[in-house]
Amino acid sequence: MRLDRHAGPALLAALVAAVAFVWVTPFLWTLVAAFRHESAGSAGMASLLPDFTPTLANFRLALESGEFGLYYVNTIIVVVGVLGVQLVTISLAGYAFARLEFPGRDVLFYVFLVQLMLVPAVLIVPNLRTTVDLGLYDTLAGVMAPYFASAFGTFLMRQTFRGIPRDFEEAAAIDGAPWWAIVWHVLLPMARPGLIAFAIVSVTAHWNEFLWPLMVINDPANHTLTIGLATFTKGAEGAKEWGVLAAGTLLVMAPLAVVFVAFQRRFVDSFVFSGIKG
Amino acid sequence: MTVDAIITADVLDVPSSPVRTVRRRRFASWRLAYMLLLPSLLGLAAFTYLPVLRVAIDALHVTPHGAGGATRFVGLENFARVLGDAAFRQAALNNLIYAVGTVGPSVVLALLFALAVRRSTRFNAVVRTILFFPSLVPLVAAASLFFFIFLPGVGLLDYYLAKLGVSGPNWIGDTDVALWSIVGLTVWKNAGYYMLFYIAGLQNVPRDHIEAATVDGANAMQRLWYVILPALRPTTAFVITIALIHMLTAVDHVVVLTKGGPSNATNLLLFYIFQEAHENFDTGKAAAATVISVAVLLLVSLGSLRGMEAGSRREA
Repeated sequence: MRLDRHAGPALLAALVAAVAFVWVTPFLWTLVAAFRHESAGSAGMASLLPDFTPTLANFRLALESGEFGLYYVNTIIVVVGVLGVQLVTISLAGYAFARLEFPGRDVLFYVFLVQLMLVPAVLIVPNLRTTVDLGLYDTLAGVMAPYFASAFGTFLMRQTFRGIPRDFEEAAAIDGAPWWAIVWHVLLPMARPGLIAFAIVSVTAHWNEFLWPLMVINDPANHTLTIGLATFTKGAEGAKEWGVLAAGTLLVMAPLAVVFVAFQRRFVDSFVFSGIKG
Repeated sequence: MTVDAIITADVLDVPSSPVRTVRRRRFASWRLAYMLLLPSLLGLAAFTYLPVLRVAIDALHVTPHGAGGATRFVGLENFARVLGDAAFRQAALNNLIYAVGTVGPSVVLALLFALAVRRSTRFNAVVRTILFFPSLVPLVAAASLFFFIFLPGVGLLDYYLAKLGVSGPNWIGDTDVALWSIVGLTVWKNAGYYMLFYIAGLQNVPRDHIEAATVDGANAMQRLWYVILPALRPTTAFVITIALIHMLTAVDHVVVLTKGGPSNATNLLLFYIFQEAHENFDTGKAAAATVISVAVLLLVSLGSLRGMEAGSRREA
């Protein structure tokens, strides 16, 4: 009886630890392989044991063969550009849905809702034509444009604004503050948790995006990290440079990973918040 | 991951909360509302509504690639060409297998993970982080890593299988295995993400219901089956919806790892569309396949929307 009570949880913990180990293995390998000397050769490349003195040679090779500096800059431009415009559009639309009464509000709400189902990813073909028509083909602006309006962000802001008591705004309105002053000075500061949650989800999504930039971008000078990594993978794969491949992949994953580890709670809460509270 | 925006029970019942408005300010108020919505509506029109219209029209026309080709109306010919294309039929079938093979295990694992690590201990916090982490990395990066993992002979998988005396198949080179390797990668990548929703969902399962069941003599299995799972129904409906949408909208790993091969064994709908548009420059076929894909996506969304409504009613 006593044995049972202790054996159960211990067994579960061991099982959980084993699964977690399997899950983390690809990343462990990346870390080990990225710092391994090339002389270790291809045969032992898969070993997870860091039985060597670490080297930065793979990173040097990766940085030489791919223009990661450029990719970082382009990716940051895209991510910041998308988020900047989104924050404006979703705050305005979210305020309208949360606080104003106007004819057609419910219909318009459904008009927004449809974007949640028609994920831009499936519309790459017509969106590419639109991007060409707008003269945005092969520009970073073309990569960003489809995401400037966000139904998801609008809902998030609507919910967040609705959670803020009206007393604050009414006090400001009595003092004669116009609507934009109320939004800027009263609502947005109180909506910070919602804004941060949206920012985390948006930045992660666009940092990681691949297929759409691949369609829009042609000029290597406009490549983002994910496109760069895909090209780079092809090269490393041909040359069987697994250590360099690991180092390159690590370079692409590292910034988000570092931010995630630093603000873990925020990240997890944001992803749950974005899904559950909508 | 904007997909995650999917409709939740909360959003579904559009609340018509009475907004206090002073009658004479009403006109000014609705003019302002439309002004505030305008930027978003322009964006939605340009990249969601018009594209659907445009792709439907394109699907009925043919434009020869290259200069000087005149667009002409061809009716349903593009659809006939797409449906008659063995590669498309293969991609559709693959996508179905991929969806069923991925969503089932991902959702079950997500639930098991959540049950195992729901209590906040230091050990569980570390495990949660590990399980969630794959969903943060780009699918392209995951594909790059798995390229080495799946490598015949010297790759991570074969290297350790060999230590166990097992020799693995050619993970992404064998037509019978390749799609399942893609399934495995996707389960690894997504299960931890869906777990988050189950952890949140579990926090809303009433404690006293579980305790009452325990008092009544229900064992762990029975508590799970009769108390916890029914309470988690809205969460499950939501997770299955986003999981299914992922199945139709993410093919980065196919682009990097297999290019749909070997011999179309890992071709998926979106990859087929991408190939027709980006490599074969057959805009008519790409448009027709997009229309079909959009129709499937809408069916999935509407279907799960109804499921979710039913689920939340049952809980109410």
